[in-house]
Amino acid sequence: MDFFRQTLVIARKDLRAELRTKEAINASLAFALVILVLFSFAFDPLEEQTREMSGGLLWIVFAFAGTLVLNRSFAREVPNDCLDALVAAPISGAALFMGKALANFLLVISVELVSLPVFGIFYNVHWTSRIWSLLLVLALGTWGLTVIGTIFSALTVNIRLRELMAPLLVYPMLIPVLMSAMQLTMQLIAGKPLGGENEVWLRLMVAFDVIFTALSLVLLETVLVG
Amino acid sequence: MREKLIYGLGTIAAVLLARDLYSIFMQLPDEASQGMIYRIIFFHVPAAITAMLCAGVTLITSVGYLLTKNLKYDAISVAVTEVGLAFLAANLVTGSIWGRIIWGIWWTWDARLTSALVCWLLYAGYLMLRRAIEEPTARARISAVFNIFAFVDVPIVIFSIKWWRTQHPQPVFWGGGSIDPAMYLTAVLNLVALILLAVVLALIRLRQEEVQREIDSLRRYAHAV
Repeated sequence: MDFFRQTLVIARKDLRAELRTKEAINASLAFALVILVLFSFAFDPLEEQTREMSGGLLWIVFAFAGTLVLNRSFAREVPNDCLDALVAAPISGAALFMGKALANFLLVISVELVSLPVFGIFYNVHWTSRIWSLLLVLALGTWGLTVIGTIFSALTVNIRLRELMAPLLVYPMLIPVLMSAMQLTMQLIAGKPLGGENEVWLRLMVAFDVIFTALSLVLLETVLVG
Repeated sequence: MREKLIYGLGTIAAVLLARDLYSIFMQLPDEASQGMIYRIIFFHVPAAITAMLCAGVTLITSVGYLLTKNLKYDAISVAVTEVGLAFLAANLVTGSIWGRIIWGIWWTWDARLTSALVCWLLYAGYLMLRRAIEEPTARARISAVFNIFAFVDVPIVIFSIKWWRTQHPQPVFWGGGSIDPAMYLTAVLNLVALILLAVVLALIRLRQEEVQREIDSLRRYAHAV
């Protein structure tokens, strides 16, 4: 029970800090919209083929915009010795990780939920045909994105060229979950249901989430403290 | 002692490679449907297996470092990862050449090729991460954790051809595949040769790494006094 209480304390702290300034979330949302606009120049959004593959483009937007939020998650703690305070606090590393991941998840998914209707409008794509499955895929994919982003933010918090290294390491690691999310989103937007041929992607996403959440819970303390 | 090991294993590897090259080019016949290009399998598959073995070894040494805090494990990690990266690159290049001849394309984004490329990117990222951290214990700790994360892609690479329909062929040496016994012998011997080569290269790199650490510690000492 202590674990959940500690997790919620950390999550609430992070959310409160972010929502007071709204720096990261505004930047992330603006970035998402800009990329959506840019992609519409790169591909012709009204052509039938583009609309079919647009589900994949959506996850590139989510990955890039999400990384903006996620990289800040531990980087924000560095000034004023906040990171030392967190490390010294009487909470387990797992609770610290879970709290931060939860807060980041809520922030990233709120950016995504705003981007989704905008995407539907710009690309003239009807994305609500399988909305519950789509929301499930969104949640699972975002959780994978969040877990990797959070642990790598912790990993790169004290190294040189942090702003450069963190994305460089995060994106290859994300490829399995991004690929699964893209495939599933494309199928769901096209109206096909989950299951059957799509099941392997769903299983990959769930396995990815479970494995990396477990690894991160165990290893955060090692990363921060040694 | 290590010198003898390096030269000894190197000689065995050289002899095996010579024997295999003779077998590959002089003795084995052309394959029924592929013609002569199939001979690249004797380097393509052993390079892949060697790279995956290197990844496995670095996982063990990374966990070993985190458990014991002995920097010797960190030195072995970086040496073996570099060698594994080279073999994985060889695997990707030979596969690409083979694909160009047989399928007409240099590359495709199927599960096996994509996951193998991601594996390469991850271990290259490991080496880049190491360069960004100067303090030895922090570097060892951070890169050990990253190595554990990076290894999760390796089972995906290995089993991708079982889990998805891929452009890449189904297994030949395991999982229901079959190969002519004469070719099998050459393939196994080449695998042994490449593994020995990997060990030799890792030992040389390890020696280089140890010398570098000694220089660094002497430099630190010189600055301190």
